[in-house]
Amino acid sequence: MLIRILGEGQFIVPDSELPEINRLDLQLEAALKSSEVNFRQALDALLDKVRSVGVRPPDHEMEESQVILPFADASEDDIRDMLGDEGLVPG
Amino acid sequence: MGLWQRFTLIFKSKANKALDKAEDPRETLDYSYEKQLELLQKVRRGVADVATSRKRLELQITQLQQQSDKLEGQAKAALAGGREDLAREALTRRSGLATQISDLQVQHAQLADQEEKLVAASQRLQAKVEAFRTKKETIKATYSAAEAQTKINEAFSGISEELGDVGMAIQRAEDKTAQLQARGQAIDELLASGALDDATGTSKDSITLELEQMASGNDVETQLAAMKAEIGGSAPAPAIESAPAPDEHQA
Repeated sequence: MLIRILGEGQFIVPDSELPEINRLDLQLEAALKSSEVNFRQALDALLDKVRSVGVRPPDHEMEESQVILPFADASEDDIRDMLGDEGLVPG
Repeated sequence: MGLWQRFTLIFKSKANKALDKAEDPRETLDYSYEKQLELLQKVRRGVADVATSRKRLELQITQLQQQSDKLEGQAKAALAGGREDLAREALTRRSGLATQISDLQVQHAQLADQEEKLVAASQRLQAKVEAFRTKKETIKATYSAAEAQTKINEAFSGISEELGDVGMAIQRAEDKTAQLQARGQAIDELLASGALDDATGTSKDSITLELEQMASGNDVETQLAAMKAEIGGSAPAPAIESAPAPDEHQA
């Protein structure tokens, strides 16, 4: 799976890593919906995982990413802005 | 990945909208290429701006550090002269500077990180723009306007994401440097006015004067002592005589 972290570029992530990435992704979603989960930690954990298991495609390659993740220092508000007026509608 | 699917879609549609399409799709190719080169220029300028901000911060940290060292020296001199009240005042001022220095160091680290990412982004973009140029020429040479459409869409979809990403990154860098500039200006002005010499923002107050007199007075004492020692020839040097005997650890 091709994943882009905004500001850092793309990573090719092996399918075997997807369950773990999905788990971290759900955690981040939870952090956005409730203050019980630490947003910064959740974002760092997800991005670190993608960086550590992902491989960089060659610079000249122009493939579309399947998933785009926010930049590392994004705030919760940055993400809400990006998602637009709809806000974070659960489900 | 429900949330990120939405995030991804929104990002891509924004990035796609940014690419205006011309009547003849092949003209769009040239137009887009021009835009890509413009963005590349912008990113390079951005890298230079961030580097300038970073260097300015480094200079300010050094200057504040020097101030801090000076206050430490003054505190020592004051203490040696039995003026604990003055020493305490100097150290208090020094700790105010320390807060400012560590604050600037955090910003410096952030800026250095941003600079590194922008340099990498500009390299990636350059490689992709180059690849796009090659693709564009192939498409224009081989296909009629109608046939070119699919090929063009392919070429666009690949690069628009990169353009959107880099465009956002450069915007963030601009915001950050503008923010730092305002603060940096204030510190520069303080340093230039000499107000930081006494760390209080006012002209030399009585405490600063006392601290300086203390330091120079102490210096005079040290020099006098050294001269006396020279003339007397047999001045005692107690600190040196207490060195441990060399054979103590040989047993």
